[in-house]
Amino acid sequence: MKRLTPPLSDDAVSDLKVGDKVFITGTIYTARDQAHLRLIEDDDPAFNLQGSILFYVGPTPAKPGQIIGSSGPTSAYRMDPMSPPLMARGVKAMIGKGDRSDAFRQSMIAHNAVYLIATGGAGALLSSRIKSIKPIMYEDLGPEAIHELYVEDFPCFVAYDVHGNQLFKGGGPREEKK
Amino acid sequence: MRKIERSAVIEAVKKTLIKANYELDETLVSFLKRAKDKEKNDLSRSILEDILTNESYAREGFAPLCQDTGIVVVFAEVGTDIRLDFDLYKAIDVGVRQAYDEGYLRKSVVNHPFQRENTQDNTPAIVHTKLVPGDRLTLKLATKGAGSENMSKVVMLTPADGLEGVKKLVLDTVFDAGGRPCPPIIVGIGLGGNFEKSAILAKEAILRDLEDESNDPDIRALERDLLHEINRLGIGPMGVGGDTTCLAVKVNTYPMHIASLPVAINIQCHSARHLEVVL
Repeated sequence: MKRLTPPLSDDAVSDLKVGDKVFITGTIYTARDQAHLRLIEDDDPAFNLQGSILFYVGPTPAKPGQIIGSSGPTSAYRMDPMSPPLMARGVKAMIGKGDRSDAFRQSMIAHNAVYLIATGGAGALLSSRIKSIKPIMYEDLGPEAIHELYVEDFPCFVAYDVHGNQLFKGGGPREEKK
Repeated sequence: MRKIERSAVIEAVKKTLIKANYELDETLVSFLKRAKDKEKNDLSRSILEDILTNESYAREGFAPLCQDTGIVVVFAEVGTDIRLDFDLYKAIDVGVRQAYDEGYLRKSVVNHPFQRENTQDNTPAIVHTKLVPGDRLTLKLATKGAGSENMSKVVMLTPADGLEGVKKLVLDTVFDAGGRPCPPIIVGIGLGGNFEKSAILAKEAILRDLEDESNDPDIRALERDLLHEINRLGIGPMGVGGDTTCLAVKVNTYPMHIASLPVAINIQCHSARHLEVVL
């Protein structure tokens, strides 16, 4: 078990190996399909991408008295084409579920970044580790807006590391659709 | 003619959808527990533990089981001795709207393939109606997420492809999907009918009770063989490897054209949220 506290350094990323269980404590940012499309075109984002962790999530609405609803990861492969330009600008880790394209993985290794998975379909459990939430960009996107989350002991597994290893069994050819 | 009130349909749809999003069926929980106890891979067992812990959090009302609270699918079995003096489809949509609002569920439906504007209330539901004898209205409701639905397919095999062709297609489809549909999965297979009938059969198959086995000995053998062979693929929970890839395979069949062998494969994630209500 390893602990991660963003922003992540190159050394912290290199230290991670496929299959490691990691607990994240600190600030991470939500972003999924539409937010990615905007962020890659955005020259002045409201947070520092350097060393940042992105979490692919579109939560359910918060119940009264709670800060966020069910918050599990969404399928990561849909973000494959938009990830390389963000890693080039300093994004160091992405949290999603499921495998990703070969092109993504090569770019990830080149940028010394890491792909983490959280347990899909465990959104109630994962939301209990989110301690604060603040929308910071693209609020018109509703649940797809970029939110700043403060998490404590947020559980993930290393799925692709910078040493070229990957966790998944099965999965067909993963060419990116153009 | 027994009259069923519009308000009863709305209330039943609302309550059933909220319940389905906050607790899993007991049989499914027992299958997941058994899988966790048998799982030899530590990481995979840890994921199965997370899934079970998540279920208990959701059951206490903390948050829905999954953030993808799906698009609503309804199989409505309408007794021919009942009278409905309202639009059943509209009443179901009112129930959906109320459930997604009052249950704090995510609205995940968009209006158009390209415009993609959120309909803001998770409607419309996808409703399949069937006329049956009797004076009851049975609603089988499912909230189906996209992660597993996107890994499903319909293929028109030829009769010569036969049993082996069907098995190979199912195993290839499940292998190619890997961890994306959130294994451990339930696989519903529709064999026969025609293009659209096979898809509906496959969807009905994933709604069957997990303990249920086909009455047809050939089909029962196919369900058992495929379950065994899928679990030998080693995909494991969330695709990380291990013994538990599939919890059940259900095959529903229908007669077909002499020249056809339609096969639909509908994949259901481990968070199989569906319930039945009888009015």
